[in-house]
Amino acid sequence: MSVRYGKPLVFLLCLVPLGVLIGRGASGALGPNPVEAITHFTGDWTLRLLLVTLAVTPLRRLTGQAWLVRFRRMLGLFAFFYAVLHFTTYLWLDRFFDLGTIAEDVLKRPYITIGFAAFVLMVPLAITSTQGWIRRLGRRWKTLHRAVYAIGVLGVLHYLWLVKADLLEPAIYAIILAVLLGLRVPWADLSARLRSAMRRRSWMAPERR
Amino acid sequence: MLIKKPADILPSEITPQQFWQRRREFLKASASGIGLAAIGLAGTAPHRVLAGDTIPNVRPSPFSTDEPPTSLEDITSYNNFYELGTDKTDPKANARFLKPRPWTVTVDGECAAPGEIGIKDILSSFTQEERIYRLRCVEAWAMVVPWVGFPLGDLIKRFEPTSKAKYVAFETLYDPEQMPGQKRRVLDWPYREGLRMDEAMHPLTILSTGLYGELLPNQNGAPLRLVVPWKYGFKSIKSIVRISFTEKEPPATWTRMQANEYGFYANVNPAVDHPRWSQKTHRMIGDGWLAKKRETLPFNGYGDQVAELYAGMDLKRFF
Repeated sequence: MSVRYGKPLVFLLCLVPLGVLIGRGASGALGPNPVEAITHFTGDWTLRLLLVTLAVTPLRRLTGQAWLVRFRRMLGLFAFFYAVLHFTTYLWLDRFFDLGTIAEDVLKRPYITIGFAAFVLMVPLAITSTQGWIRRLGRRWKTLHRAVYAIGVLGVLHYLWLVKADLLEPAIYAIILAVLLGLRVPWADLSARLRSAMRRRSWMAPERR
Repeated sequence: MLIKKPADILPSEITPQQFWQRRREFLKASASGIGLAAIGLAGTAPHRVLAGDTIPNVRPSPFSTDEPPTSLEDITSYNNFYELGTDKTDPKANARFLKPRPWTVTVDGECAAPGEIGIKDILSSFTQEERIYRLRCVEAWAMVVPWVGFPLGDLIKRFEPTSKAKYVAFETLYDPEQMPGQKRRVLDWPYREGLRMDEAMHPLTILSTGLYGELLPNQNGAPLRLVVPWKYGFKSIKSIVRISFTEKEPPATWTRMQANEYGFYANVNPAVDHPRWSQKTHRMIGDGWLAKKRETLPFNGYGDQVAELYAGMDLKRFF
């Protein structure tokens, strides 16, 4: 699949959940508690797209398909897009911009504190996702964008912490996240060793290139 | 063919039970030309509610609120009934597994006349009243439900509790075939709840057999559930099979699972937050998505009637 056609396709795919949500809203299919339904829906899709974004690098390394990385920014920005919808739903439909209760929530309710922190951390990553910022930040860009690991952990904890009894769904997210993060640990090690091995070879036998 | 029948007999009592339970199939069969009349069933229009049979001679009650009731659709499609699944929409989807007939409730413990009582007996021997109550869930949403039922005290007296009976314990059916949610140990099945004797005898406390004038839909806790309107919804245990009189405070499922979040008393109290969310306001189901939340009142607005039960108690400690 060429990246040229792939990008618009992934873009449209990422908009499908929003379309579904709007469709449910318009047809009255959000159920007796629509605000709760919108909150859960946008929260679910934030987490899912966050996990998909985090899957790009391991998948690329496992399959050797380098082009996959070209979708990563768009996926990450869509995770942020759904996070914005999620946060806006909370601010507007749940709290009606009542700063007093919002502050109380953020300070007193751990799952909201954590969700809020994850959202705040996403903002600089979204802002610095452009080519210009990548260039300007240079090596520091990569360091900054490692914050996505923390965002993933905070996001899953946010979900785990608000559930009353049935931990099955948040546990599935937690396991997937653990696998995606785990894949990076040995790989980081392995790839560094491979790279140094290659460097040594090319240094020892430069004429063979 | 229209057979007039006395109003105080339930359709379930005049129709052989095996036919009554399968009446939808008969109705469908009749549409495709198989003789309904031959079986002798009085044809009734299919109801949206699963139970769908009118309870006769329901009396109005001065305890009812005049607030507009939540729609039948919302009351029957947004349920916390983990025995039928943990999503709000699950209980309606899994309601067909539960068989509320025949149904027997065992009453035992500290009482002079322990025994069993069947649902038919319950429906015919206690005067059924309509009680339109506010229901406040611990998850900070609320409804107004037109219950049909009778004071729990009426049933309690029949079994003659002794002076040792300080509490009343309740137990939900345990049967994973009828309650598929019990196949996973989400909660410590069977669900248990309890009340202090004075709470149980309070005239506001009812055992509910129906809502909107009809038998309880399965997803709302058929055929018999508790309703204690000044406490969070989880106290109002559903599909009861056992009522026991005890001397000591009986175990309550949520309290045992997370004692710092769900107390034994569980009185609605805006001054005591759930550790993870505020209880000061709630969303009224049916208000729509641009409506603001409403202020939660102490004892869910029933303070005038019940606050004296807790005189001298520290409600922040005994939450």
